[in-house]
Amino acid sequence: MAAMALCRAAAGGKRPAGRALLALLKCEMLCSRRCLVTSRQLYSVVHDPDEKTFEKLLIANRGEIACRVIKTCKKMGIKTVAIHSDVDANAVHVKMADEAVCVGPAPTSKSYLNMDAIMEVIKKTRAQAVHPGYGFLSENKEFARRLASEGVTFIGPDTCAIQAMGDKIESKLLAKKAKVNTIPGFDGVVKDADEAVRIAREIGYPVMIKASAGGGGKGMRIAWDDEETREGFRFSSQEAASSFGDDRLLIEKFIDNPRHIEIQVLADKHGNALWLNERECSIQRRNQKVVEEAPSTFLDPETRRAMGEQAVALAKAVKYSSAGTVEFLVDSSKNFYFLEMNTRLQVEHPVTECITGLDLVQEMIRVAKGYPLRHKQADIPISGWAVECRVYAEDPYKSFGLPSIGRLSQYQEPLHLPSVRVDSGIQQGSDISIYYDPMISKLITYGSNRAEALKRMEEALDNYVIRGVTHNISLLREVIIHPRFVQGDISTKFLPEVYPDGFKGHKLTDLERRELLATAASLYVAEQLRSQRFLGTPRIPIAKSQRNTWELSVHLEDGVYPVAVSKNGSSFSVEVDGIKLNVTSEWNLASPLLSVTIDGTQRTIQRLSRNATGNTSIQFLGTVYKLQILTKVAAELSKYMPEKAAEDTSSILRSPMPGAVVAVSVKPGDTVSEGQEICVIEAMKMQNSMIAAKTGKVKAVHCKAGDTVGEGDLLVELE
Amino acid sequence: VASAVRVSRAPAQPHRCVTEQAGKKGESRCISPRGCRKASLRRRCPGARPRRGERGKLTARERILLLLDPDSFDEYDMFVEHRCSDFGMDSDKNKYPGDSVVTGRGRINGRLAYVFSQDFTVFGGSLSGAHAQKICKRNVLCSGVVPQISLIMGPCAGGAVYSPALTDFTFMVKDTSYLFITGPDVVKSVTNEDVTQEQLGGAKTHTAVSGVAHRAFENDIDALLNLREFFNYLPLSNRDPAPVCECHDPSNRLVPELETVVPIESTKAYDMLDIIYSIVDEREFFEIMPFYARNIVVGFARMNGRTVGIVGNQPKVASGCLDINSSVKGARFVRFCDAFNIPLITFVDVPGFLPGTAQEYGGIIRHGAKLLFAFAEATVPKITIITRKAYGGAYDVMSSKHLRGDANYAWPTAEVAVMGAKGAVQIIFRGKQTDAEAEYVDKFANPFPAAMRGFVDDIIQPSTTRMRICHDLDVLASKAQSNPWKKHANIPL
Repeated sequence: MAAMALCRAAAGGKRPAGRALLALLKCEMLCSRRCLVTSRQLYSVVHDPDEKTFEKLLIANRGEIACRVIKTCKKMGIKTVAIHSDVDANAVHVKMADEAVCVGPAPTSKSYLNMDAIMEVIKKTRAQAVHPGYGFLSENKEFARRLASEGVTFIGPDTCAIQAMGDKIESKLLAKKAKVNTIPGFDGVVKDADEAVRIAREIGYPVMIKASAGGGGKGMRIAWDDEETREGFRFSSQEAASSFGDDRLLIEKFIDNPRHIEIQVLADKHGNALWLNERECSIQRRNQKVVEEAPSTFLDPETRRAMGEQAVALAKAVKYSSAGTVEFLVDSSKNFYFLEMNTRLQVEHPVTECITGLDLVQEMIRVAKGYPLRHKQADIPISGWAVECRVYAEDPYKSFGLPSIGRLSQYQEPLHLPSVRVDSGIQQGSDISIYYDPMISKLITYGSNRAEALKRMEEALDNYVIRGVTHNISLLREVIIHPRFVQGDISTKFLPEVYPDGFKGHKLTDLERRELLATAASLYVAEQLRSQRFLGTPRIPIAKSQRNTWELSVHLEDGVYPVAVSKNGSSFSVEVDGIKLNVTSEWNLASPLLSVTIDGTQRTIQRLSRNATGNTSIQFLGTVYKLQILTKVAAELSKYMPEKAAEDTSSILRSPMPGAVVAVSVKPGDTVSEGQEICVIEAMKMQNSMIAAKTGKVKAVHCKAGDTVGEGDLLVELE
Repeated sequence: VASAVRVSRAPAQPHRCVTEQAGKKGESRCISPRGCRKASLRRRCPGARPRRGERGKLTARERILLLLDPDSFDEYDMFVEHRCSDFGMDSDKNKYPGDSVVTGRGRINGRLAYVFSQDFTVFGGSLSGAHAQKICKRNVLCSGVVPQISLIMGPCAGGAVYSPALTDFTFMVKDTSYLFITGPDVVKSVTNEDVTQEQLGGAKTHTAVSGVAHRAFENDIDALLNLREFFNYLPLSNRDPAPVCECHDPSNRLVPELETVVPIESTKAYDMLDIIYSIVDEREFFEIMPFYARNIVVGFARMNGRTVGIVGNQPKVASGCLDINSSVKGARFVRFCDAFNIPLITFVDVPGFLPGTAQEYGGIIRHGAKLLFAFAEATVPKITIITRKAYGGAYDVMSSKHLRGDANYAWPTAEVAVMGAKGAVQIIFRGKQTDAEAEYVDKFANPFPAAMRGFVDDIIQPSTTRMRICHDLDVLASKAQSNPWKKHANIPL
């Protein structure tokens, strides 16, 4: 609508009065929307208005990072140009920017990665600089080169630094040269077991042995002593010869319980470089970070300095300018090894901003303009603690997160709480589509220490209202309250180790269960009482209920619990399992957030849905619980109700998530065996193979390659 | 008089179906009223329970127990017996105090309701003279005086189906209730059609295909509890105003997501329910006929606590066009609201009436006129919001200013015109001139021409829609408009 307003306002002229009014009305709409997206910043460095900077900057990105960059540009007085695909015409970043231009249709290859179109926009709008954000073209040396040839500043490092760090092998060699710790190892032909042992001893145990030609973790063996090394050598060399016809072996230091810790660096074009402390990003799923924090609980000042100095050495070695991140793997004895360097602004940069007070985007723009850094290494503090949770539109119950899509029917960020920062690029009414990353926002909390930051995160997650799409708040909340996480005992294997059978939501303790049952029952009674209150005086008087006690039966998970509620004043006295709880609240049944006090414990819950039959879903401690609350009478009678036959799910295949069908490998009449691939669904850059749950004959195929499917859509039926 | 609720099932043949009450015979008749009352209750409940339960249904009394507030039921005619004497029906063992129906009055959330519940355990719930007398229903004379609701909870066939058909709303229970004039056996013998009870007159058939029933529920309990909620939307009679409940949802709440709900491309669909849910109190909307003529959405909601009837075109289905079924569905709903003082809120996104021989032969003119008639005749407060298309005759029908609309608003995305630009240009220029389309869009695909002529009272920001409607309803609460005296109007049936 925004774009339309612009077009219409621009095209107007025939009916000046009406047009102008319409445009005005629409502009007003824009402004009101704009107000919705302001969020608290947690960095303090102010902009010096006398320092000359770019007049106009184009943001070659979308979503939260585009909004993040625009915020700093506004602060610095830089005009902004947003680019967008046609489905993003109503997106927040488009409304926030001073100008917005459509660069193509929804698929990223035709819009946000469409260099020709973007270069065209740059020329047309006369933007002097481009901030690439992260992802998309942020580490594309060709894009940086094309910008340079047009005399447009790329807000990032030089092309050669991008190139050097973009190549895994070259970056390792450079790192070695700059005396940065790299994972010690040997790659070549190993004569015999004795030589293997010698190499292993040189590297230091534990070591990992595998055939060089084998990709990934295939055929990998871990050896903790000489004996195991000999054995590993035997197997691996056999495998190398037989499977790959290549004798070379790779013996490398095995990093036990690795943590992913990265150092933020900031360098200018005058040879100055700083390290802005570390970020701990060990909580990952499928190599994607989920929870990040700064600083790390694990590093002592010496290790931090050593890592920081090596990171700066590497930056200097490649004449790095702008903000960048050097990633390390850290083992349990605080040995750290260089992994790679990211030559862009990282998703998780806000935690660094929180503890250092720097605005990294502002510094990037300054550096790009050619200004020297304003800080010395000694000026970089670690003040307080910051935690970031990546809030995704995905279902955490399916392999820690499969994408979900939908329209945000209700959306409210917990900005009413202290020390909360939310970086988002969406608002109430936005669509989460299959075309882009399903991240809803980055939720950052800050505290004077870690415990405070985590406590605030817990509250912020409970107070975050996201309706219309499935989200991962439950997983995030479980992670940050998990004893291992609270103690700082984490590694990149945290999620699979803690949830070996997959994430299943919060496990209620007996006390928590009673709290939930008491809250749900009180809510039910509050609702019943309200439905008897009518305003006005009807001709036939309304019979006032004298009822003060309710005998209910609440179905939760696999149990049915008798619950007795009695009202005294505004609070309810609820008896569950023979234990009495006192529940008080304002009982505002329209508010998306309900603050309830149960025996003195304050909880923020969200009632997501209810219906006439007492079915209620309540988000409690981050997890959504489905309950059914019935009167005792109704519950007793409900046992006479017929059981509805459940759908036989083994003979049908439904799409577990929204996405596009890439390939269908069966046709009607084919016989498939259990575990055989039936089709492939692609969603958010992930290909998911759908397999048959049983052996059988294909009855019908309801999709074809190229189709777009929704979650739960029927794909294939077996007989 | 207050609302009447029937909880019924009644087979076609009175008195012949005596197979259901085996096992309860031989109870001695008692003389004292107290004893008899006990016998009546005893005969109904405990003895009958297991048989009904096995079939996934509740007994007549259990249904009343769940529907009404606790201890609020006052029963009538518990001692009435049937007067049939053929086939040994006059023997004592075939006499049941109260006969095959439980009648009385009670309260739903404190408000008066009259209820009868037909009892399958007595002669299969069949309709005897006494049974009919107990119900003493004057469906037709009560129509428009008190809201009447039928809940079909078992098989109901033959003449008995016309009682629910005369009431305002008919709800069914999935898998256990049927409605048909003649059952599958008769169908087979007359037309040689093979059809199951479910296909012929099950809940799915009547809520999706025939439009006989307005909603279907999972089971007896689901149905009765929903009925309690539904009852709260309705006034007790045509002389009571629409009820106003205590409401926690602020009347001046802004709804920012409405700014983006209508897609930029005017050919792209969106879900009208998204708009409705976000505007009404607490996202609670009791939809009527959700699976029939889905190109129009009708149902009850509350605005600032007051019951309103909502009518909206559904762009997601058949572009939201009006056709025979959607016109009839809308018209009946509008007339109900008008009869019972429920204000009407209409959301318009209508590209026109559905063209074609099927529609013309089916009498779209006659049926479309019903909706036009209903809106024009209605004297309750009428508020209309044009969200996007409002084309041609269909624009006029959808509670336009010309049909005595009280407040008619347009969103900036509204297009009030005779037809879409493409179609119009094709007709005007017969395909000769192509650049005229842009001119047409520029001239008419916006709300200004309508606003300049006063066809809409204002062009409003979508996010303020809830606030505007709530304010208007406050002002219009005292609206009193009357139509000229007549015996009754002659709506094109």
